[in-house]
Amino acid sequence: MSATVGRPDLASLSVGDVVGTVSVPVDRARLVRYAGASGDFNPIHWNDAVATDVGLPGVIAHGMFTMGAAVALVGDWAGDPGAIVDYQTRFSRPVPVPARGETHVEVVATVGAIEPDTRTVRVDLTVTHDGARVLGKSQVRVAL
Amino acid sequence: MSSVSVNLDFVGREYPANAPYSVGREKIREFAAATGSTHPAHHDVATARGLGYPDVIAPPTFAVIVAQRAEAQYIEDPSAGIDFSRVVHADERFTHVRPIIAGDELVTVLTVVSITQRSGLSMITTRCDIHALSSRAADAHAGGDDAPAPELVSTVLSTLAVRGEGL
Repeated sequence: MSATVGRPDLASLSVGDVVGTVSVPVDRARLVRYAGASGDFNPIHWNDAVATDVGLPGVIAHGMFTMGAAVALVGDWAGDPGAIVDYQTRFSRPVPVPARGETHVEVVATVGAIEPDTRTVRVDLTVTHDGARVLGKSQVRVAL
Repeated sequence: MSSVSVNLDFVGREYPANAPYSVGREKIREFAAATGSTHPAHHDVATARGLGYPDVIAPPTFAVIVAQRAEAQYIEDPSAGIDFSRVVHADERFTHVRPIIAGDELVTVLTVVSITQRSGLSMITTRCDIHALSSRAADAHAGGDDAPAPELVSTVLSTLAVRGEGL
């Protein structure tokens, strides 16, 4: 990788720096689209009857949709999404998605750790819906 | 009332490499669009090449598509005792040696890492080691006597929580 244009400068980063924020819109159409793109056709993500049968309040977003949507801003910040070498999360709470209209998942990405020896930055994602965290220990390692 | 329960005999089981998954450029674009991944390296070949890749690159969670196919060998095996209506996804982790790239032919070795049980909940952790059979580099060596060794591209760790009866 020779291209360095637009890459963050490791030396100018500090722990706690906000890398970016985004409000991710979520509606039923986006879940159907994610189901098709990912091949995850679990009906709890598109069928209210099935979702309530298993004790959910209604259709919920795929955890993997939220995980995938939350990390996009980190790839943009890095200037190369291929610089993401590790990404982990815990699915803490479901994101209920109404039959009409849309809801939002809020993402705040901050620098959690800097490792100059390996030129790696850990970016921590705070991902919330209705003020409560939906992803836990959501960490992205980026090789700069 | 106890019907199915998770079969602990599967711990440590390793499945042989599955049928190759061919990574398509349009599939990468479709997945990127579905996750709001607008960086041009996912969509535009020239941009990806400018970053040093031979073709468009997949977003970091694209590997779940490949991993899911391998995991199905275990999860959909009736003798594994996993009632899918009682499953929730607990944890996911992707570790990439390099991004997945359009044109990759990927095979996956699935391992059932652990099954732990506490208070009626079974936590099942699987690992998928995803290897490229014919990366562009391997194509460049085509014609040689030796088939190129599969190259580790990504490792996916996934933990499912299965609720027991009455929970």
